[in-house]
Amino acid sequence: MKQPYERPTLRKLTGGLPGKFGPRAGAPAVETLDGVRVAELVAQFGSPLFIISERQLRRSYQAVQRAFATRYPAVQLAWSYKTNYLNAVCRTFHQEGAWAEVVSGMELEKALLNGVPGPHILFNGPGKRRADLERACEVDAVIHLDNADELHLLLAVAEGRAPRPRVALRVNLDAGLHPQWDRFGFNLENGEAWQALGRVVASGQLELVGLHCHIGTYVLQPAAYATAAAKLAALALRCQRELHTLVHYLDLGGGFPSTNTLKGAYLPATDTVPGIDEYAEAITGALLAAGFAPDERPLLVLEAGRALVDDAGSLIGSVLANKRLADGRRATILDFGVNLLFTSFWYDHHISPARTFSDHTEPTVLYGPLCMNIDQLRASISLPLLAPGDQVVVHKVGAYNMSQWQQFINLRPNVVLLDQAGAVHLIRAAETLEYLQQLEQVPEHLR
Amino acid sequence: MKLKPNIATSEAGFLFNPATGDSFAANPLAADILARARAGQDAAAIKADILERYDVAPGQLEKDWDDLLAQLRDFNLLA
Repeated sequence: MKQPYERPTLRKLTGGLPGKFGPRAGAPAVETLDGVRVAELVAQFGSPLFIISERQLRRSYQAVQRAFATRYPAVQLAWSYKTNYLNAVCRTFHQEGAWAEVVSGMELEKALLNGVPGPHILFNGPGKRRADLERACEVDAVIHLDNADELHLLLAVAEGRAPRPRVALRVNLDAGLHPQWDRFGFNLENGEAWQALGRVVASGQLELVGLHCHIGTYVLQPAAYATAAAKLAALALRCQRELHTLVHYLDLGGGFPSTNTLKGAYLPATDTVPGIDEYAEAITGALLAAGFAPDERPLLVLEAGRALVDDAGSLIGSVLANKRLADGRRATILDFGVNLLFTSFWYDHHISPARTFSDHTEPTVLYGPLCMNIDQLRASISLPLLAPGDQVVVHKVGAYNMSQWQQFINLRPNVVLLDQAGAVHLIRAAETLEYLQQLEQVPEHLR
Repeated sequence: MKLKPNIATSEAGFLFNPATGDSFAANPLAADILARARAGQDAAAIKADILERYDVAPGQLEKDWDDLLAQLRDFNLLA
C-alpha cells in the first residue's frame, strides 16, 4: 500500500507582529453538503456544479420572517426575483409565503408561471415598457412607479381601465448613507415625491396603495433603515392627512447583507455584519413610533434577496492545473471562472477543499479557466496543496450568480437542489452547444 | 539539486539562510528530498524511491520536482 502523495513545497516564514487572533488554521475540508458527499455529486452531475440547499432556503426565510413578525403586527416578504430566479428557488420561497418582487416584464411572467397571484406581485424597476405596464394592469400586479415619464405612460395605459391600476411610489431619500442612492424613484427631500403623489391621487385613474424605498445594497448600518422607515412613515401619514389617502403598505426594499466578506474588509463578515434582528429592530422600532393609529398601521413589506438565498448556494469546482507565477506565487486554475461566480468581483469568497489534506498550506492565487486577465477568483487565499482533479467548494453563492452568470467561453453547468430529505434534484440542466446555437441563424450566402 | 552550503536544515523541515536571515518551512516530502540531496543522492534515485513509496504518477512527480526547483531558485537557496 503506497502512501498518499502531497507535492513537495516550501513556505517562507514571515515574522511580523503577533496577531491577537492566534495562528490561522488551514481551511478545513468540506466533504459533504447537507449530508450528500461532494464526490458523489461530481460523479453524477459533473464539475463545476451549483448546489442549492432547500433546508437553508427555508431556514433563512423563516429567520427573516421571524425577526420582523415578532416585532411588528403585519409583515410580508416579497422574494426579489433578480437575486435568483430559478423556478425551484422561487417556488420554495412562495411555499413559505413570499410574494414576488419583479423588475422586468420577463420576471413578471416568471412569477405568474410560478403561480403567484397578480396582486401579490410588486413590479419595481426603472425600465418598464408600455407592454409591461399593460400586462401588469391586466393581472392586477402592483406597479411601483419609478419616474415621471413612467407615471404619465401609466396614466395613458390606465385611461378608462377598471379597476384602477394599483400603484406604489418609489421614493429615494437621505438615510444617512453615502453615496445616496437617488437613481430609483422620486426624491423625498426636494419635494419631487410629494408632487408625484399629488398627481397620482388627483388623477383619479390610479389607486395609491403603497410607498417604497430601496436605500442601497449590502447596507451595514441598521440605523439607516430606521431613518428610511421614519421618513417613509411620515410621508404616509402626510398622505392620510392632506391627500385623504390611506397607504396600505410601506416597502422598505432589500439591501440586507449576507455573511460574505466584502473585498478589502479587515475582518470576516461573520464577525462584523449585523444580524437580521438588528435591522428588524431598527425598522419596526421606527414604524411603531411613527404615530399610526393601531388599526391603521401599514403592512411592512421587505424585498429581501441576498439575505434569503446567499447562504443556501454552493459551487463545487475542480482544479485543472497548478502553476507558479513570475514572482514565485502559486496559482491554481479552476474549472469555473467569473462567468459563473460573478460575485467574486465583490467578495473574498470562502473556499474549502473537498477532501482532507495535511496542515501545510500555500498562499495561492485562484484563477478561472477563461482566457481573460480579469478571470481571478481570489487574489490570495491560503489553501492546502491541491492537485489537478481535486475539488473545492465555494460557499454562499446563492445570490446573483445564478442570474448574472454568463455563457462566455464555457457553457453554464448543472444546478441541483438538495431537498430536506437528502434527495438530489436536477433543477437546471447543463447547457449544450445545441442550446447555445438554437437561436442563431446563418445567412444563406454563409452556409 | 544542490543547496548552498551555508543553509541550515533540520529533520522537521526547517530551513535557515544565515546570509539573509530568511527561514522556511518544508513539508515532509520536500524535507525528505532536501535531506537526501544533501546526503549526496542524485535526483534519479530520489525520484525512483518516491515513486516506489508514494501514490503518484511519474509525470506528476516530474512536474512537482520542477516546481520545487523553481521555489528553491526563487528563494535563492540553490548553490
